[in-house]
Amino acid sequence: MAVGSLKRRGRSIVDAGFRDLSFAFAAFIVFLILLYIIEIGYHSLPSIRAYGLSYVIGSEWNPPREIFEVLPEILGTLASSIIALVIGVPISLGVAVFLAEISPRGPRVVIGPVVELLAAVPSIVFGFWALLVLVPQVIRPVEHALSASLGFIPLFHGAASGYDLFSAGVILAIMIIPYVAAVSRDAMQAVPRSQLEAAYALGGTKSEVIQMSVFGYARSGIIAGIFLGFGRAIGETMAVTLVIGNSLEFKASLFAPAQTLASLIANDYSETIGVVQVSAIIEAGLVLLALSLLSNLGARLILRRFVKRGAQLL
Amino acid sequence: MNARRKLVDRFWIAFTLVALVLALAPLASIIYYVTVKGLAALNISFFTHNFSQVGTEGGIANALQGTFLVVLLASAIGVPTGVLSGVYVAEYGSKRYGEIVRFLADVLVGIPSIVTGILIYSTLVLSLPAPFRGYTAFAGGVALGFMEIPIVSNTTSEALRTVPNSLREASAALGVRKWRATLVIMANALSGVTTGILLATARIAGETAPLLLTALGSTRGFQGWFQAMETMTLFIFQNATSGTPFLVEQAWGASFILLITVLGINIIVRIVTRRRTTFV
Repeated sequence: MAVGSLKRRGRSIVDAGFRDLSFAFAAFIVFLILLYIIEIGYHSLPSIRAYGLSYVIGSEWNPPREIFEVLPEILGTLASSIIALVIGVPISLGVAVFLAEISPRGPRVVIGPVVELLAAVPSIVFGFWALLVLVPQVIRPVEHALSASLGFIPLFHGAASGYDLFSAGVILAIMIIPYVAAVSRDAMQAVPRSQLEAAYALGGTKSEVIQMSVFGYARSGIIAGIFLGFGRAIGETMAVTLVIGNSLEFKASLFAPAQTLASLIANDYSETIGVVQVSAIIEAGLVLLALSLLSNLGARLILRRFVKRGAQLL
Repeated sequence: MNARRKLVDRFWIAFTLVALVLALAPLASIIYYVTVKGLAALNISFFTHNFSQVGTEGGIANALQGTFLVVLLASAIGVPTGVLSGVYVAEYGSKRYGEIVRFLADVLVGIPSIVTGILIYSTLVLSLPAPFRGYTAFAGGVALGFMEIPIVSNTTSEALRTVPNSLREASAALGVRKWRATLVIMANALSGVTTGILLATARIAGETAPLLLTALGSTRGFQGWFQAMETMTLFIFQNATSGTPFLVEQAWGASFILLITVLGINIIVRIVTRRRTTFV
């Protein structure tokens, strides 16, 4: 049969066809990236022409007066994501260290997948739960306590209603933990045993081995995980929209309502009437796309370097 | 070992345990509240009525229908495209092109879903000719389909890579045509490819943001692909923000149905395949 098929030249047409078909669909992925950039860029043009640079450096979003500027939203996006990293990264690293170095095999094979399950919860469910459980039962009491005791610090100014930048940061932290923890754990598990054994042989305690060998070796993988978490956080829409308070003004306080680029889009698209406003909304998507591409490219480049280095050493 | 070093060591281990508790407490709380409050909202009329923000008789009938149809269209777009591009990455692409496609698929997975909503909003909702323009179930399906393509592509190429190379070498040595060899390799990776598709489907079924800008939501059942359509996630969003106790209760009910479906698929897939997750 093998010899026969070698002689039947006709089959090579099927062969080429199959290859070309898979190539065509792979090319569609390349096309899709271009489509995002070109289509969203093209539909942003009216807004770019009308507002130019003031779109990203001005602070007024005023549909009746046809003024559209998104600096408060850019700041809100960055601030909520940074709060998410400040809270989420230490927890993620703790989880990763536990899974990679501390847990015995038994608990690890159960806990690992359960942490990952957190990533499967739909963001609307996170948001709805945060709106009705997390904020009233946990965050608001904490905010009241902080604002009563430390309210004189500008960072804690505000109504402390619970629907503010801080809540957005907390729910984002919860949502990025599974991603940052998983990437960090993989990086930690890639540390060669010889590295760990060398550190133990020097008389290191578990924590000293983790600091010396694990964090040192896995550093770039952990940084890549943090970038990925950041990329997730800046684009998250539903959970943030439900708890951030949706204020068009950005105040440098944890306890003041704010807005992100994503929540601006979710709040404003339906009210849009004018052509320019539609374009201004789409340009908010363009800015968000640029931010997410940057953080993603950063993560991937670091991850590639880390994978290559790991492969060389192994 | 001196006492200070021992103490530091204890502290580290305690810290990782605290971190673990903090990471898992939200999941436990979500499952608890959604189950308790969700179950309380379930009754026959909840499943037989359409979404309504007036009165006390709304339900998820049209939302279930919408999620099913929109995800069906999304999979019709995302599964064949994703699987075939995954085949290219793993089996056909030269090292260089394969890597480029894989890299771009990773970048696509990282694009926020609301941006995909904006893409379809400007490409279809605003720009199609008259009877097809506007907020439509079709636009919602395309948006979710675009999200599904890179996910399925990645899970497929990963599944194909787990097939031992000896199979490819044996095929080549026997003079089997490449396309037939590829089919054999795909058959060997079938469970991996299938779980990837299932996880991707569960993922997009829980999406809300892109649907806000495309399917919009509706109080009616399916009226054709070029009419607005309700989905489960839109139902939760609209009811959650309504402020009416009855509607909020309904949002819990819908969250319960959505959560057990999505988590159920994830748990079953993991138990059956003992899959080490790559995030989708």
